Amino acid sequence: MLSVSNVYQSCKLSDPVCSRQIAVEIQCATKVFESRTSSVTALDNVSLEIQQNEFFTLLGPSGCGKTTLLRLIAGFEHPSDGQIRLYGEDITFWPPYQRPVNTVFQNYALFPHMTVRQNISFGLEMLKRSKAEISKTVAEVLNLVRMEELAERRVSDISGGQQQRVALARALAPQPKVLLLDESLSALDYKLRQDMQIELKRLQHETGITFVFVTHDQEEALTMSDRMAVMNVGKILQVGTPGEIYNFPKQRFVAEFIGDSNFLEGYVVARSSSRAKVELSPTYCADLPADDAVQPGTRVSVAVRPEQATLTSATTAAALQGRVSNMVYFGTHTHYVIKLENGDLFTVHQQNLSGHEIEYEPGHAVGVTLNQSTMQILKD
Amino acid sequence: MSPDHKDTLVKSSTRHTRAFKASRKRQLQNNLLLCVPALLVLALAAVGPLLIVLVYTFLEAGPYGGVVWQWSFEGWFEVFLKRDIFDGTVSIADAHLSIFWRSFKLSIQSTLLALVLGFPTAYFIATRPAATRNLWLFLITIPFWTNLLIRTFAIMQLIRDQGILNTLLIGFGVIDTPIEMLYTEFSIMLGMTYVYLPLMVLPLYASIEKLDFRLVEAAYDLYAGRLKVLFRIIVPLVKPGIVAGCILVFIPSLGAYVTPRVLGGGKNLMLGNLIELQFGQGRNWPLGAALSITLLCVVMISLLFYVRSTQRKEADRG
Amino acid sequence: MSVLRNARKLIVARAIAGNRHFAVRYLPGFSTIAVLCFVLLYAPIVALVIYSFNSGTNIALWEGFSLHWYTVAWENELVQEVTFRSLIVASMAAVTSTMLATMAALGTTRTGDYRGRMLIYATINQPLMVPEIVTGVALLIFFAIVKAFTGYHGLAYLIAAHTAFCIPFAYLPIRARLEGMDSSLETAAQDLYATPVKTFWRITLPLMWPGILAGFMLAFVISLDDVVITELVKSAGQDTLPTYMLGQLRRGITPEVNAISSALLGISILLVSLFFVLRNR
Repeated sequence: MLSVSNVYQSCKLSDPVCSRQIAVEIQCATKVFESRTSSVTALDNVSLEIQQNEFFTLLGPSGCGKTTLLRLIAGFEHPSDGQIRLYGEDITFWPPYQRPVNTVFQNYALFPHMTVRQNISFGLEMLKRSKAEISKTVAEVLNLVRMEELAERRVSDISGGQQQRVALARALAPQPKVLLLDESLSALDYKLRQDMQIELKRLQHETGITFVFVTHDQEEALTMSDRMAVMNVGKILQVGTPGEIYNFPKQRFVAEFIGDSNFLEGYVVARSSSRAKVELSPTYCADLPADDAVQPGTRVSVAVRPEQATLTSATTAAALQGRVSNMVYFGTHTHYVIKLENGDLFTVHQQNLSGHEIEYEPGHAVGVTLNQSTMQILKD
Repeated sequence: MSPDHKDTLVKSSTRHTRAFKASRKRQLQNNLLLCVPALLVLALAAVGPLLIVLVYTFLEAGPYGGVVWQWSFEGWFEVFLKRDIFDGTVSIADAHLSIFWRSFKLSIQSTLLALVLGFPTAYFIATRPAATRNLWLFLITIPFWTNLLIRTFAIMQLIRDQGILNTLLIGFGVIDTPIEMLYTEFSIMLGMTYVYLPLMVLPLYASIEKLDFRLVEAAYDLYAGRLKVLFRIIVPLVKPGIVAGCILVFIPSLGAYVTPRVLGGGKNLMLGNLIELQFGQGRNWPLGAALSITLLCVVMISLLFYVRSTQRKEADRG
Repeated sequence: MSVLRNARKLIVARAIAGNRHFAVRYLPGFSTIAVLCFVLLYAPIVALVIYSFNSGTNIALWEGFSLHWYTVAWENELVQEVTFRSLIVASMAAVTSTMLATMAALGTTRTGDYRGRMLIYATINQPLMVPEIVTGVALLIFFAIVKAFTGYHGLAYLIAAHTAFCIPFAYLPIRARLEGMDSSLETAAQDLYATPVKTFWRITLPLMWPGILAGFMLAFVISLDDVVITELVKSAGQDTLPTYMLGQLRRGITPEVNAISSALLGISILLVSLFFVLRNR
């Protein structure tokens, strides 16, 4: 480290040591869209590593910058600052037609004046592959997406789901190093979307290509990804496997955006090397993992998933006490809204085990016991 | 991480700005370059000559047409005033004024007649089922794209003394002697209405087609009758279309040349004919130029009025 | 009196009850006026075409069907000459203006806002805003100066004038087409390794093509139909078909002019129909 710049210091690159190769590396990428009247920061100093053969998902609400990040990787936009690397090579300013990266567009962007086959072979023709190779590869990908019969159709004459497959085939045909999917399933109806989710996983498995998938649908992200990044207002908040993200959200936004969460205000009474004791009610103290930022004497929020809490009628022994204020029956489970003693509302999803009647009527005094191992201290 | 990797990061900021600015500049240059040939032709054969016309209004008329390069306000003077050849007294050019008046009167009459005929027609088309709507629209557009001269001929054929209309009327015994319609102000007005009617129907249609008929239902629900619905709901909502249609008919009517020449029979001149006359038999180019600029100004004022009214409409919505 | 009023109410009520649907869009008399309007629009044209097949010399009296006047017009050398000139001017003007308009449309559409774009719009649409007679006068004056300097009196003036006023007509459908085009298609082509040049030839141009064709046809029809500007700009012996017909008018309408008009009408309708088919595709 000879000349460590300020730019470099402000970057927080994750640990480069890993078993797999890094396919895409984004270093401190910032993207500012400037117009005559205003400037909008779509990406704010984002760093990220996507590994080879990974199904990686960028998840976030609309306008969080996930599509911008994807367009930086594809080369449709260039960053205002920072670097994009593909297998170690700096491709920041490469035009899109030189990058071995292909995109499945949100609206598919199939060429309406061409047939299915012409669409799929377009990329290969541009790469000046031989005729024989083109027809062989096209046949392969047509088989891969099960569209052989419709190869000679015009793209306007096939259904939405079929267009989706053609778009996939077209992007896969040049065998890109990374496949980018921009909200590619959002135009499909529910049933078709579920089929395509399975299909996508299969294709990723069979081709071994790194997939980068952008979505705003948290359920889709959880079911499909190997790893995922949660984004909001131009920043990456947390990167991890779906299990890590769901069970151990580090920030309040992540906990709120993915699944339901209860947030409890607590007071840090003591801490050891890696854990802290947090007082959540006069009668209950939780012993939770904590990083250095959590200091005794400060107030923190703690997230509790509604399914990780249980109702009991024995009010005194429970962590929290309150009264049932609302109850909705869902078949496999029942949602209870509990009004706690301090006035806050707390949601519990109670499993309906066989033979159990609905036990807690609105107005009943109840206790809430918490599963300590799944509770999480949050950063704001 | 290699040292040069860090180096690139250090420099990246300036590299990014430079790359960004260069690409923006290149793009802008390309865009402008693509427009240059069209702009050049337009500058040479449309915009530029208008400036020369302006210059010509301040020159002296040549004896055999053309101009003498001598500054003079005679061209503008003669637009509104005339000088007696014998005693040099100045009086108002009543011949010109009556032509101005006729141009305005006939243009406004044609516009109103076109509105009265065009509004129900546009409404009729807009309320057809989507499948047949394009066909009706097509039927309106066809006459618009066919030769204006031919359509004027057609009208001429129809209303001549021995024309089809008079022949039919006499045949059915409605009249004994043919009604003299051709070569009157009425025939010019009718002709202009006829040739510019599609220009009224098309913008009206565009407005009515966008009309939300749930508002009409709401008005009926609130006890409005047919007429009330028409004048209190539909007309105010499609006002932009009405204004656009009226402007589109009024402007070409005001500058019409072919229709008054063919249907006016040389005695009922309009502004367009008066202008042409100065470059032909009149041999008074500066006057012709001044008349042209006058006409242009009136047209521009009408257009400005139109732009202002549409902008206000948008501001209301915003 | 009140009996009468009650009776009227009853009739109205019955009429309404008999109408199962309350037609929200119905307005009394509108359909009648509309139909009248269509009849008015087409009656003169239809009459013109019918009488062009009249065998007699008197254009008001039907004397039997014949193609006589079409043959007369076809064999008239003057008509042949002016028709040929009209076609030359129209094709030259339409080709040139369509090319210029295509370039201008590419330079002004989907480019984002840049300084001067509104000025370019205004310049391109200028021929639509200025009355034809004024443009004609302006060109008459300007070309008189150029003629005095160069001594050239050829057809180029007419072609240049027609090209200029055809530009906005060619520009509008091309621009509409471009604006309706999904820009992600070009992005997709670049993603699939097509260079900007390849993208233009393989994607942009084929997709623009219907617009370009439509623009060309409009420009052609507009040029073919022009009377006012041609009348003012043409040198001696440079009559086009419309100005020839206007000149013939001094002798009153002849059946021959009728036949020419009908033929021209047919061509225009054909081109406009093609334009519609292209636009709706």
